[in-house]
Amino acid sequence: MEKIQALTSQNGVVIFTKSTCCLCYAVTILFQELRVNPIVYEIDQHPEGREMEKSLPKQGCNTVPAVFIGGKLVGSTNEVMSLHLSGSLIPLLKPYQSLS
Amino acid sequence: MNSSSTQYLNSKRMEVYEPMNPFSMWGDFKGNIYQDAAMIIEVDAKLENQLSEDNSHTTHGPSNQCDQEASKPVDKVLRRLAQNREAARKSRLRKKAYVQQLEASRLKLLHLEQELEQTKAQCALMRGGVNASQLGFPGAATHAGIAAFEIEYEQWVDLQNKKTNNLKTALNSGMDDTELDRLVQDALNHYANLFNIKATVAKADVCYLISGVWKTSIERLFLWIGGFRPSELLKVLVPQLQLLDHQSHDLYNLIQACQQAEDSLSQGMEKLQQTLAEAVACGQALGGGCYEMRNAMDKLEELVRLVIQADYVRHETLQQTLRNLTPRQAAQGLISLGEYLQRLRDLSSTWAMRLCEPA
Repeated sequence: MEKIQALTSQNGVVIFTKSTCCLCYAVTILFQELRVNPIVYEIDQHPEGREMEKSLPKQGCNTVPAVFIGGKLVGSTNEVMSLHLSGSLIPLLKPYQSLS
Repeated sequence: MNSSSTQYLNSKRMEVYEPMNPFSMWGDFKGNIYQDAAMIIEVDAKLENQLSEDNSHTTHGPSNQCDQEASKPVDKVLRRLAQNREAARKSRLRKKAYVQQLEASRLKLLHLEQELEQTKAQCALMRGGVNASQLGFPGAATHAGIAAFEIEYEQWVDLQNKKTNNLKTALNSGMDDTELDRLVQDALNHYANLFNIKATVAKADVCYLISGVWKTSIERLFLWIGGFRPSELLKVLVPQLQLLDHQSHDLYNLIQACQQAEDSLSQGMEKLQQTLAEAVACGQALGGGCYEMRNAMDKLEELVRLVIQADYVRHETLQQTLRNLTPRQAAQGLISLGEYLQRLRDLSSTWAMRLCEPA
């Protein structure tokens, strides 16, 4: 949906989560560990959460967490883990890492 | 005579109950009772005879001698009575112990019968002839899932050791790289099988999987979210390999990334434990009890996702490690890993046996 596209292209690292999801929490922690501050939308708490949840599959993601970097869908926890272990995640995050 | 009939009784009892030790022990004593009773009667008779004899002789001998002779059998009788009381007391204690043993055996028999029924049901289930819902007892499907996993895991470990040995032979035989790589991929697939069977049992009973009870005791010391910690395995493995500089660099980065991935999952686990505790503790409100339990049950479903994710990280780490290595190095790595894990299992056996050693 356009809303999602707008949200994700405007911000570097965007994660759609649910407050009850422990894997969403884990992914958020991982990004923070890598010195990135992702924008997190909790679709079960957000006022427009329902719409977001409906349009995520159209973007290609059927589950939470749904991770977008630079406006493009990266995937869920599996994809994030694979990328990180293969050393490909940090290059993607480089533009968005804080210096501290 | 009394004694002869007693003997007959004694041996008859022994004959009937001989095969069962406690009983014959008890039966033994029963025989003794009769013997002792017979002896009392004998002694009594003897005493009577003595007294009657003495009476007939009182005119002939001094009275004190008669008394002395009369007191000897009385002493004997008193002593015999005391011994009988003691023997009877001991017999009662033995009987009590025996009955307690019988009770315990009865309970064990009931338990074993129940287990047998369940195992039969699982076998029927695994042969595909029976639907889990047709089994008579609660949690049948879970039980069957666990039983199936235990069998499959045992077979997996067995096969794992065979594959490790094959790799060792292949490495030492100077096999060419293509063939060696085939063996390496085969061993890697075998690990994938492990994660598949773990995923199945995670869905049947994630608490069972996470408890690590299916692993040996020493392996359990290293338990992390239902399995081994991939970064720890890497740290064990990497020093075993002869690496080129760029390989060391890449593997060092992998260990870093692996640790970060593990930390994030560990924190996910902590968060889950926290929310589960909150859900369970919040059952106080009137009418809110059931709702909270549903909440808590959902948390346990989350746990399944977490464990499967941890296994995914284990698998990916393994694959990523081997991707950086030549076939020979990969073979060496897998051999080291297989042997290390088997050593942990062997240590568990040795540890379990230590109490059996004579002092």
